[in-house]
Amino acid sequence: MSEKPFRIKPAVTDENEHFWQGGADGELRFLRCKACRSYIHPPAPICGECLTKDYAPEAVSGRARLVTYTVNHQPWIPGFDPPYVIAIVEIEEQPSVRLTTNLVNCEIDDIAIGMPLRVVFEQLDDETYLPLFEPAGE
Amino acid sequence: MDVLERKAALTGIGQSDVGRRLNRDPLELTVDACLAAIADAGLTRDDIDGLSTYPGPPIGGAAGFSGAGIVDIHDILRLKLDWYCGGPELPGQLGAVINACAAVATGLARHVLCFRTVYESTAQGGGRRRGIGVGGAGGGGSFRAGGFMQWVLPYGAASAANWIAMMARRHFHEYGTTREQLGQIALNARKNAGRNPKAIYRDPMTMDDYLNVRMVSDPFCLYDCDVPVDGSTAFVVSAVDAAKDTRKKPLRVEAVGSALRGRPSWDQFDDLTTMALRDASAMMWERTDLTPRDVDVAELYDGFSFIAMAWLEALGFCGKGEGGPFIEGGERIALDGEIPLNTHGGQLSAGRLHGFGFLHEACVQLWGEGGERQVAGEPGVAVAAAGGGPLGGCLLLTND
Repeated sequence: MSEKPFRIKPAVTDENEHFWQGGADGELRFLRCKACRSYIHPPAPICGECLTKDYAPEAVSGRARLVTYTVNHQPWIPGFDPPYVIAIVEIEEQPSVRLTTNLVNCEIDDIAIGMPLRVVFEQLDDETYLPLFEPAGE
Repeated sequence: MDVLERKAALTGIGQSDVGRRLNRDPLELTVDACLAAIADAGLTRDDIDGLSTYPGPPIGGAAGFSGAGIVDIHDILRLKLDWYCGGPELPGQLGAVINACAAVATGLARHVLCFRTVYESTAQGGGRRRGIGVGGAGGGGSFRAGGFMQWVLPYGAASAANWIAMMARRHFHEYGTTREQLGQIALNARKNAGRNPKAIYRDPMTMDDYLNVRMVSDPFCLYDCDVPVDGSTAFVVSAVDAAKDTRKKPLRVEAVGSALRGRPSWDQFDDLTTMALRDASAMMWERTDLTPRDVDVAELYDGFSFIAMAWLEALGFCGKGEGGPFIEGGERIALDGEIPLNTHGGQLSAGRLHGFGFLHEACVQLWGEGGERQVAGEPGVAVAAAGGGPLGGCLLLTND
């Protein structure tokens, strides 16, 4: 994926803008419960763990690990040309929080489940930044 | 435990023509299947007082995913209904049948007609398969994804092929499963399809064919993905006391599984190597004294090959993570094996009737109507399971 693909954009709302706009500041952000300290993902109007409504967006380190991946070969979306790597990653701060994303800057032969990753952002427009992940090295 | 679904029985099955690009009105296909099921049960439309379907009426952005809704069939057949229910938020496609079991068991209806219609082959025309929700993208660039799709579409993860390929990849990583093992699901389906005159792909497939065909989403190749078709499948679910009036020996519902005890999400569920299949299967066995060893035939969803293997594990035909070695070589799951699997050819070779085809085939086998593909020894217990990822439901049927 050296050329930037055509990407379908997410619909940015009051509820999710902390996530999709965090890249403007180079930060991966999630809602975090102030009572039980859980990260809440996807964004919700209440903490699903302790059912309190006292939460706020908070940046995480951007470090993650690769849970699984697939090399997609099928052209599903015009302008988004295969092959490309789709991955599920778990964030370092709370592995139960996972993101579906793209693994970038990594040769396919070098991909290893469990490998450490770090977030990088691809800006789609003024209000939309996609978090992608690349190898972080040990 | 009061297992209310034992007051329900399958009393009739019906299926329309099934094929690629039939170019026929999906309502007509639905009517054909429904009338066949009612006749098979020895009933008339005046006996039908319940109606159930998945996923409800046709919706935009998912071409051919549904061919008829409740209102369509209610009106066309001029039914007089005491109970009806249709929708997508169910424990898999067979959730519509599980709902029907609950309706007859609680006395809300006596004979529920259940149907599911797809016309994905005609609707998608000569073009390639589309990703989910991509139809709304248009190409103008103004479309934005909301809900769950916002988390996957921007990354080109546009199909369940991608999401389930990642589950399979995780299974390969944790348990050492191989493509050669997984390929047995596809080879077995093709072999059985050769004995099913209604199957789409009936020519023999070799392991070389499987390993050399193009990749779709690694580790899934083309033959790990089911084939879109047009067709409709219908059942009559009857209360056991009302089933005494039907033409054939009723197939008793021994237990159903409808549980989803983890997060209902493709990527947030705790164990990506099993997901809803684990919970639906566990619930079903919690409700019966029968065990996997009592099952004579298994009809398990194979929208993608990996899902059928994951159902084999979840249902306890082998241990967790042991699906690969269990199906290796294909003997155990063959028509004459210890647990014959997808005896009609599954969705991989007989066509993507989307869940309902598996229950149809379970009934065919329990009624001894399988013809060339009939499992020997008069099978008495069958399991039918549908769904994958965060969707899953299953039924255990007996003909005693």
